[in-house]
Amino acid sequence: MSHAPVMPVEAPAVLEWPEAVKAEVAEAISHYPVKRSAVLPLLWIAQRTWGWLPPAAMQLVARTLELNEPEVFGVATFYTMFNLQPVGRHHLQVCMTLSCSLMGADRLFKHLEHKLGIGHGETTADGRFTLRRVECLAACGGGPCMQVGLDYYEDLDETKVDAILEKLK
Amino acid sequence: MSRGLLLFKDIDTPGLTGIETYRKLGGYESLAGTLGHKTPDECIEIVKSSGLRGRGGAGFPTGLKWSFVPKNSPKPKYIVCNADESEPGTFKDRELMVLNPHLLVEGMILSGYAIGANAGYIYFRGEFAYVQAIVDKAIAEARAAGLLGDNVFGSGFPFELYTHLGAGAYICGEETALLSSLEGYRGQPRLKPPFPAVEGLYACPTVVNNVETIMNVPHILKNGGQWYKQWGTEKSCGTKVLSVSGPVKRPGNYEIPLGLPLRTLIESPEYCGGMRDGLKVKGVIPGGSSVPVIPASQIDAGLDYESMNAVGTFLGSGGVIVIDDQTCMVDALWNLIRFYRHESCGKCTPCREGTYWMGEILERLEKGEGREGDVDLLLDVANNIFGKSFCALGDAAAMPVQGMLKHFREEFEYHVKHKRCMVNRRRQAVMEVTA
Repeated sequence: MSHAPVMPVEAPAVLEWPEAVKAEVAEAISHYPVKRSAVLPLLWIAQRTWGWLPPAAMQLVARTLELNEPEVFGVATFYTMFNLQPVGRHHLQVCMTLSCSLMGADRLFKHLEHKLGIGHGETTADGRFTLRRVECLAACGGGPCMQVGLDYYEDLDETKVDAILEKLK
Repeated sequence: MSRGLLLFKDIDTPGLTGIETYRKLGGYESLAGTLGHKTPDECIEIVKSSGLRGRGGAGFPTGLKWSFVPKNSPKPKYIVCNADESEPGTFKDRELMVLNPHLLVEGMILSGYAIGANAGYIYFRGEFAYVQAIVDKAIAEARAAGLLGDNVFGSGFPFELYTHLGAGAYICGEETALLSSLEGYRGQPRLKPPFPAVEGLYACPTVVNNVETIMNVPHILKNGGQWYKQWGTEKSCGTKVLSVSGPVKRPGNYEIPLGLPLRTLIESPEYCGGMRDGLKVKGVIPGGSSVPVIPASQIDAGLDYESMNAVGTFLGSGGVIVIDDQTCMVDALWNLIRFYRHESCGKCTPCREGTYWMGEILERLEKGEGREGDVDLLLDVANNIFGKSFCALGDAAAMPVQGMLKHFREEFEYHVKHKRCMVNRRRQAVMEVTA
């Protein structure tokens, strides 16, 4: 089943850094002797600002760092954590690698699919949740585990996951 | 009660993330005792004499690595900390940094001093944004206390320390891929030589060390190389933090003296306390998912670099994955190969194509569609990746296959012949095929 993402897919043609992050952008660039090194930090700032990376955000990063647009696009697409499509308010990233799998990650993921009515990479119709299988999160001793946005949740089972979902409005 | 011997000794002290508590427990004394008192060369000699080896996986002698940095280079030098911790089964650096970030800061300043670097970067995996925030706070406290900046501790030594967040890529734990990523490129590995010690970050001499390695440095410089050898074996000196996962009673991080038998770690009440739910150990992957599995019959081997090699595997990163007797090894291996197939950076053909084909073969074995000769074919593909790929990721994908087929081949043959698992999978509901 397929759900349309709720966030605007009509990405703006041009973006500028909001006043609130301009100092952070300058600070990030100042950490490196070569401007290009700030490409990941700036992509992170952009993703925090707009929730995902519309093409205009990557163009903004390219302009800021005096890089060609495809170079920034090439970097952004190499890494898995940059959202090149809009995601729900809560991005559920369930670790499926061996240690978590041994402890029940597969069963947990099926539970989430069933409960939310969506599959891997899909977003609920109300835009609340995006569900994704991910590789090892380095929380193997607390498997099965998941990351929601940037927060870790460990030692999960169906009951605990249900309680977490309740809190994520 | 103390949870460990050295790095974990005081780690549960409340408030340890703050500089005051850290200093009360002797923090930054090593820095004070080194700057202006020991030359960089003396520091390198002390670390060499301690026998400290890289704790990220390769186990390369740290002091020796430092000594490869050219002394007369006119270029700036860099110290880079690998906090990517992406090897499945490994979660030690995360806990070390969350609970004791100042030890990492102190270790970075000292390591930078030893190799002649005036700037350092800590590279975190993207998922560790909250860990980065904790370390950033420690860096800010250290800077405010005059421990970073133009004149560290009034010694005349200038040192700046920055953190850098990756964005989700296993390959960035490989040191040259990490440097590419830090420079703002796709995280793909580079040809060695030149090694980073000669041409690393921005083509300048660079040392890349793991978090745990760096955290040992302040203790060693403060107490001496000989002191560090009170733990461990003749060739594997000191302590090591092992991350234990899988269905043991108490999974988690344990700091052990190198050489402790693997069985003790799994079974002793002092450590993991044995298996859960009446399960038995079937096999153990002792050094992160990339090293060959060993069967239960070999778990009396010592957890040190040499003893692990003697049973055909590696201590690696110390990510101990315990696999129980209710787990199908075909399923377990397919899980791991999905990981490597996903994480192969695509740069070289053996790894990119090989991981794909190993996945295809394992998928059909798992689904009961295995063909005659598939097991040999799987091994053949693994053997043709091993030693033939651009970086260590290829070997890392091949070794789990080689290990599994060495010790558990009959389970794979059984899958071909009977179209189902050989083990009685009571835990079927736990591990199901989802890819």
